[in-house]
Amino acid sequence: MGTDVNNKEYRFQHKHLLEMGQLTAEDILYILSLARSFKEVSSRPIKKVPILRGKTIINFFFEPSTRTRLSFEVAAKRMSADTFNISASTSSSQKGETLIDTARNLEAMNPDIIILRHPSSGSPLLLTQHVNAAIINAGDGTHEHPSQGLLDLMTVMEHKGRIEGLTIAIIGDIAHSRVAHSDIVGFTCLGARVRVAGPATFMPSHIESLGAKVCATAAEAVAGVDVVMALRIQQERQHDPLIPSLREYARFYGVSRKLLELARKDVLVMHPGPINRGVEMNPDVADGTGSVILDQVANGVAIRMALLYLILGGDKGGEAS
Amino acid sequence: MNEITILQNGRIIDPANKVDTRGDLWLRDGRIVAPESSVPAGARCIDLQGKWVVPGLIDMHVHLREPGEEYKETIASGTLAAAAGGFTAVACMPNTRPVNDTAAVTRFILEQAAHAAARVYPVGAISKGSTGTGLAEYGELKAAGVVAVTDDGQPVVDSQLMRRAMEYAASHGLLVISHSEEISLSRNGVMNEGLMSIRLGLRGIPVAAESIMVYRELALAELTGHHVHIAHVSTGAATDLIRQAKKRGVRVTAETAPHYFTLTEEAVAGYNTNAKMNPPLRTEADRQAIRIGLQDGTFDAIATDHAPHSVLEKEVEFDRAANGIIGLETSLPLTLALVRDGVIDARRLVELMSTAPARILGVDGGSLAVGDAADVTIIDPGRKFSLTEAGIVSRSKNTPFLGWQLQGKAVLTFLGGRITYDDRVV
Repeated sequence: MGTDVNNKEYRFQHKHLLEMGQLTAEDILYILSLARSFKEVSSRPIKKVPILRGKTIINFFFEPSTRTRLSFEVAAKRMSADTFNISASTSSSQKGETLIDTARNLEAMNPDIIILRHPSSGSPLLLTQHVNAAIINAGDGTHEHPSQGLLDLMTVMEHKGRIEGLTIAIIGDIAHSRVAHSDIVGFTCLGARVRVAGPATFMPSHIESLGAKVCATAAEAVAGVDVVMALRIQQERQHDPLIPSLREYARFYGVSRKLLELARKDVLVMHPGPINRGVEMNPDVADGTGSVILDQVANGVAIRMALLYLILGGDKGGEAS
Repeated sequence: MNEITILQNGRIIDPANKVDTRGDLWLRDGRIVAPESSVPAGARCIDLQGKWVVPGLIDMHVHLREPGEEYKETIASGTLAAAAGGFTAVACMPNTRPVNDTAAVTRFILEQAAHAAARVYPVGAISKGSTGTGLAEYGELKAAGVVAVTDDGQPVVDSQLMRRAMEYAASHGLLVISHSEEISLSRNGVMNEGLMSIRLGLRGIPVAAESIMVYRELALAELTGHHVHIAHVSTGAATDLIRQAKKRGVRVTAETAPHYFTLTEEAVAGYNTNAKMNPPLRTEADRQAIRIGLQDGTFDAIATDHAPHSVLEKEVEFDRAANGIIGLETSLPLTLALVRDGVIDARRLVELMSTAPARILGVDGGSLAVGDAADVTIIDPGRKFSLTEAGIVSRSKNTPFLGWQLQGKAVLTFLGGRITYDDRVV
């Protein structure tokens, strides 16, 4: 696990970032290391470096997003890139234009990177087949959200000093969570064990194939773990009732102080946000000791700075900072 | 007209008449005739050394898209694709625009098909507009020329309606074809539920969505005593149900499609919309179970579910892409691979692709007896080719087999003695 920014041999080989599964352990460790060095920029009085001056980055968001979009935008601006935001409500998709056509039109403006958030799994890959710009997946359907996975890894690394050998419990709607998917792949890639828990309606068949261990109860999942991550519970779906009520869910799967007593004393509490307080997580847990939820947000900017830098070929010449 | 064609030295495979022999087949004025002692002057002799001579192939499940979606396929282009695939007849599904639920639509289809490159047997709708409510007018449809009814593309949700359809269709001598899908389980699903759907983050369609509905159709066939035909079976579970039902005497026939015995859900990797169809590609265990079903007689027919779509429907996000692939031009090569693999023999191939479809639909064909129409397909089982977009005759190119090296194909197709496709090496 010695890959860091001082490793001069390392080369980031990916044109796009589509999924955690495309990254090797070496890639991930290098990204985390680079993000650590970028994090310092955000604490300067003048939070801006000229590394990506003249680069054009388009945030192309087909789903509502505050955190992720802002995080990418802040990351890009801190590196002096020009950023533009297009959301589903302002794009021509409202007028019936297809994803590919809209992307081709964006392409005509010569962006360097298109950051895509889209409700259809696989849509970032589809874009790569039709435009020349680099594509970063900022969440596609129920597939992946790799930059979120990376910032989760960075946060745990920051607090625990390692990933290998740790045990992570993820509790919630695993079946519909692209964050869970990216986290399971990323944490297991670096040698952690991942447990998942939730009512069976939240557990997709074959989830073990990604490397996760399915636990029957929240208590079983958090017993002795180093990290507990709660996922946001979507409101009940009309045609596909997954849970009878948020109230019942909170009682059996909500992360409480009492539940955390089963974990290691130094357990980290995480949440990809936005939190339904009192549903998947009690307020005293979200705001209490061990909660690193706001660190996740801060690290999100650093991770995205590192990704933009690497994807724009930053590692092929010059220093990161 | 006194036109004689003599197909010489081919291997004549005609299971309907228990024939599998090397010899000559004589065609005269559009019919098969008894050979004469000497070759008449002016006869066209075609040497078919090393080739198979079989009754014209019949695909009992295609979508020709006309009327309504002529940019995907027309009756003319679809039947040309059929001829290129060795087919002399196709049964076309009613989910056109408008739906073929009235005699007027049936008559339109037959008019368009009058000079087509293959015989076209229209299939009518089970319910008005295929909306699942109320029976279509089967008597009128039958009189206009339909050979079967189905709401293919969607299931008949209401069990009572399906029961009535089986009963009423029997009164009019029509076959009922079931698209077996329990929609409450498959709704919003876009591929098989399993390892690949997890990896790709796509909503799955469980095996049970097919087997539950197949079981209902079998139970209704048993209840009513009428015949039901199960379309496009994709799972081992449904194959088992059909096998058991046949054993206890239920009047059921079934078809599967080449993609189900050739591909698995792995083909969806990379969000390949040309591997998206309904029912979806399943697992290797299902693929093997389907092959066994073809071998042991559980399946009566191979049908393609030829479903042309343009790039408008396919070059989009996977979950928004249309279901279906074209199949007319790859069905025979893919089935010939089963023969090479020892799953079935040549005689069984002809049964599955010609004899049985004719019998199930109750139409002519599937036989090379003297007096039969000269619908004949010449197969070169050794001919290798690679499937390219440019080589595809169908108006649409949506197939997961693009770029595949295939072995064996139709090289000459006769429809009523007329050549509709000729790909002989000169």
